[in-house]
Amino acid sequence: MVSIKHVALRKTKKYSFQDFIKEIKRYKTIYIMLIPVALYYLIFHYGPMYGLVISFKDFSPRLGVMGSEWVGLKHFQSFFSSYYAWRVIRNTFLISVLDIALGFPAPILLALLLNEIHKKVFKRTIQTITYLPHFISMVVICGILKDFLGRDGAINDILNFLGFARDNYLQNPDLFRGIYVGSGIWQGVGYGSIIYLAAISGIDQALYEAATIDGAGRFKKIFHVTIPGILPTIIILFILRVGNTMTVGFEKIMLLYSPVTYETADVISTFVYRMGLEQMKFSYSAAIGLFNSVINFILLLAANKISKRFSETSLW
Amino acid sequence: MIRKKRFIDYAFDSFNYVFLTVLAITCLYPLVFVLFASVSEPTQLIQQQGVLLRPLGFTLEGYKLAFKNPNILIGYGNTLLYVIVGTSASVFFTALAGYVFSRKRLKYTKFFMYGIVFTMFFNGGLIPFFLLMKNIGLYDKRLLMILNGMIWTWNLIIMKTSFGQIPDSLEESARVDGANDWTILFKIILPLSKPVVAVMVLFYSVGRWNEWFMSMILLKDRAKFPLQLILREILIVNDKNTMLAGANLSAESTDMYRQLLQYSTIIIATLPILFIYPFIQKHFVKGVMIGSIKG
Repeated sequence: MVSIKHVALRKTKKYSFQDFIKEIKRYKTIYIMLIPVALYYLIFHYGPMYGLVISFKDFSPRLGVMGSEWVGLKHFQSFFSSYYAWRVIRNTFLISVLDIALGFPAPILLALLLNEIHKKVFKRTIQTITYLPHFISMVVICGILKDFLGRDGAINDILNFLGFARDNYLQNPDLFRGIYVGSGIWQGVGYGSIIYLAAISGIDQALYEAATIDGAGRFKKIFHVTIPGILPTIIILFILRVGNTMTVGFEKIMLLYSPVTYETADVISTFVYRMGLEQMKFSYSAAIGLFNSVINFILLLAANKISKRFSETSLW
Repeated sequence: MIRKKRFIDYAFDSFNYVFLTVLAITCLYPLVFVLFASVSEPTQLIQQQGVLLRPLGFTLEGYKLAFKNPNILIGYGNTLLYVIVGTSASVFFTALAGYVFSRKRLKYTKFFMYGIVFTMFFNGGLIPFFLLMKNIGLYDKRLLMILNGMIWTWNLIIMKTSFGQIPDSLEESARVDGANDWTILFKIILPLSKPVVAVMVLFYSVGRWNEWFMSMILLKDRAKFPLQLILREILIVNDKNTMLAGANLSAESTDMYRQLLQYSTIIIATLPILFIYPFIQKHFVKGVMIGSIKG
């Protein structure tokens, strides 16, 4: 009995393997096409994930990732007991929350306003102009910001004319978050509105007609037809944004902050950069980076779950 | 009742038009300012207060300095190389991936897609990435600028979705005629997907044109620096050596021309985008919309 079962088992196994070979042969080209893609993801995306083990080791370039010694949670402990932990976590959260509170709704509002414009030429002109800043490089944007916000910059000139004292606004820690969020809205509001305008254009016109017959005015239509119509899009983008809470605009902060503004501007990712690449504390900063990624991932899962429960819209 | 409603409508419309106009001016003006400033006489520019409504005088001195500056020229050349080669590679491999995953022939398609989408939400972070690049020998190599960020997962999803909408019957009839996967992809699928390919070319090339951070941490040799990195030295770091390389200026005119050079280089670096922008804008809109299908 046992032997028969064994033989039968082996037979199916052998059969499926042959099947697999056959399939690869049959669809050879597809598998060849897959190779570069798979390699790219393995090396450039999964490779660094493997490298995260150095968070639990004392990495030395001489010994390599494998050879370095395990040290458990040492680096996490030293981060959380440092003065900087609280500062960078607080800054990351504050900047992100501020950006979600003000920066997230801005494109929705713009889309709603644009949708109320019926002069096509005007609408198109506004769209063309407001999309533009999105395509200008971050280095140039920050260069312009530095110029405008500097002591002799245009904004100072205007405020000085209105009776305010001159100041270098980028050197003022109290203003950093506001400048960050404000310039983010300036740069992204137009481009961000495209997706909502697309969603609005997908709303069934019959709903508007029915609402008109029911006596709904303009504002009622916005609140009872347009906004519910784009709500799934809003929710999806919101989940994605929440899943990036801990990854605030790293590039912009890198270009704009300075030791004077670290108090409010230094976030987890910039701290990781300085510790890791300027001070060469590889394991320490990899550990902080891992902490950051895990929090992000948890926030994403949580936002998705909450949304699934209350609105039946979710990422998966 | 009706009169009142009309009044609200007028009020709302007027507010809307004024608000949007102000917004558009805010978005455009900084660039206009830079453009005006880049051709203004530096002596007048320094005394200038507030906003510029037209250039103050006229000089191309800033542009002359910029085009004599070896740093800017080398950076420009490198960026062109990275954009052209990099974008071609990106579009090619994204198309391959989109084809493979949209054609349901591959077993475990779901498994691979989960593995790929997961990387959008979780990554190893900066330090492991940096060490890996050093280990596999891409540190300070031009090849790095091509391979890094070769496929954007978001673009892959757009491409896969778009390819998936092409009916299978087309593919089947080609197969009956003896076409293999390469022929199907390049002779049937891609020609039918021109709008999406255009979107991909634009997304990738703008992304590569504007890239600076990875080159900052992974390139050491200045001869390989892309333009944005040179710009960073000129605009953010205020590095005099980078700025005034190739120029013979007296001490007092140095300070005057620095500002002018900054404005000119902003324009030079942004010019290609400003130039093609009117032609590409509708494609970008399309791209975002295709992306939104997936949600």
